[in-house]
Amino acid sequence: MAMIMNQDQKDLVALAKEFMEKEVKPHIYELDEKGEFPLELYKKGFQLGFHCMDMEEKYGGVGLDYNTIAFVVEELAKVDAGFAISLTLNGLPFACVSQFGTEEQKKYVSEKIVPGGFITFALTEADAGSNAGAVRCTCTRDGDDYIINGPKTFITNGEYGDIHIVFATINPEAGVRGICAFIVEKDRKGIQIGKKENKMGLRLSNTCDMFFDNVRVPASNLLGKEGMGFKIAMSALDIGRVFNAAMAIGIAQGALDDCIEYSKQRKPFGAPIATHQAVQFMLADMAIQIEAARALTHNTAYLAQAGEKYTKEAAISKTFASDMAMHVTTDAVQVFGGYGYSKEYPVEKRMRDAKIFQIFEGTNQIQRMIISGALLR
Amino acid sequence: MEILVCVKQVPDTEEIKVDPVTGSLIREGVPSILNPLDACALEAAVRFKEAHGGAVTVISMGPPQAEQALRQCISVGADDAVLITDRAFKDSDTLATSYALSLTSKQLGCFDVIFCGKHTIDGETGQVGPQIAEHLNYNQITGVMDVKFDGEYLLASREMEEGKETVQAALPCVITVTKTNYTPRYPSIKSKMAANKKEIKILSASQIEGLEMDRIGMSGSRTTVVKSFVPAVGEAGMIICEETAEQSGKKLAALLVDAKVI
Repeated sequence: MAMIMNQDQKDLVALAKEFMEKEVKPHIYELDEKGEFPLELYKKGFQLGFHCMDMEEKYGGVGLDYNTIAFVVEELAKVDAGFAISLTLNGLPFACVSQFGTEEQKKYVSEKIVPGGFITFALTEADAGSNAGAVRCTCTRDGDDYIINGPKTFITNGEYGDIHIVFATINPEAGVRGICAFIVEKDRKGIQIGKKENKMGLRLSNTCDMFFDNVRVPASNLLGKEGMGFKIAMSALDIGRVFNAAMAIGIAQGALDDCIEYSKQRKPFGAPIATHQAVQFMLADMAIQIEAARALTHNTAYLAQAGEKYTKEAAISKTFASDMAMHVTTDAVQVFGGYGYSKEYPVEKRMRDAKIFQIFEGTNQIQRMIISGALLR
Repeated sequence: MEILVCVKQVPDTEEIKVDPVTGSLIREGVPSILNPLDACALEAAVRFKEAHGGAVTVISMGPPQAEQALRQCISVGADDAVLITDRAFKDSDTLATSYALSLTSKQLGCFDVIFCGKHTIDGETGQVGPQIAEHLNYNQITGVMDVKFDGEYLLASREMEEGKETVQAALPCVITVTKTNYTPRYPSIKSKMAANKKEIKILSASQIEGLEMDRIGMSGSRTTVVKSFVPAVGEAGMIICEETAEQSGKKLAALLVDAKVI
């Protein structure tokens, strides 16, 4: 890795590596086959603090900077991206609270999550994915409460969420200006967990439908003001995209590492395939793309950390890193040949895991709209 | 309860290769790790502290980079760390090492229990712990898997060839720890970062009170490594255990015939 890391970063990357290699890796094949959510392994990860890396120390979190988090999530994803996503997803919904919540709300959510728990980001609906402004889940004011009604879909960790950050519209006619964001605790009456997605990749992660049936929350659970929900969601997604890019880099780096090891061992014509220039160039091209994506992503993390505007750069990083991961993992399967297509070897799973990074948290087509929109403004 | 844990940074033997010509170990590029049984000793010590109160100090004698191993110890529950490092310690054998460690232990305070790993994966001598006990005139219990304290005595569960035994000893005592039933804990992100900020006390040979220079290093060592080599790996043995002695005998005979021995 051509990046300079400080001692803390080196140590935390080593810790992530040790934890993933020892605790998670031995179970991946079986968990991936079954599509099982290894709750006990996640709880072990909570003990180390991977679930609250970006929460400020004054709220009990770890308070890491964005670059350090990017290094850590890359290392987690190098072993399993689905586990990395579910273990660290809290950062995305918590960004809604940390950026727009009151002091009481920040304390309230942190106290529930820091000892060990999941927060979900309940924005997506069947007809409101890329077009997040088309949210049809509603909220209505009733005295000192709001009442939330409607379905959500593709909610990561939905089944296990202790707190949900739910986006609902108070006025469907108002489009994005009608969206509100709420803190909704899991034990609120009326929350229903629906179908669990049987996904192509990220199979150690839980993704499910949810339904909010007259779920009553106090007005004090509203984040920011009425109508600020879209801004809150987009702001949180910006930093989420930086970490997604870092995870895509982890998948690609893991695939390259697999290829280097395999190409030195595999001898179809009496010599390792690593001695063939055709293979050597594929490995070199993988490394070129990975290093470029990493440098790009860490630059965006620096911008975010410095408080600079970084929406465009987050979109560029997410798009470049996820397209790169898809390309690299596809080539990795090629390097492994027929064995690459077999579940006996890890690269086909990496290819399955990589695909979603071009789709979720804003498809790469939406990212290009964000980028071009910023260029032509 | 004041607790001391002696640890050593060792080359990761899983990564070590042997030079096929000279037979010596190739140490270049091999990562250094905390000796695995020292990690078990530390975990046992931290659990002991959690049960009975007090503080855990870790000590290591080694090169300056052994500080990394000490920081690792702090990240998983040690309160303080001391590194004794000096070129004068180079080539110390177990006797010279245990001499320096025991003198430093006296200088640091009065420890009730001293935990050591039973042996290191590089030297495999298993001598330093018992020698420290002799230098300090402490009781000692070796090969311990678990240790408790009943308010007056230590009760140590000890690994034997066949089964276990429990040994009772009065304080102060040196405990050498073998593989425990529990695995050493992971540090958390927070404890890892806090350990990086912790000050490690570093002592040179001249800062150890009463240390006689001719009792450390090569001149203080009573043993010399004559040669390092990797023994030839023999084939694994085989146990024949059929239902009856007659059946076992027949099977053995058949195998010996197949092998053209008889």
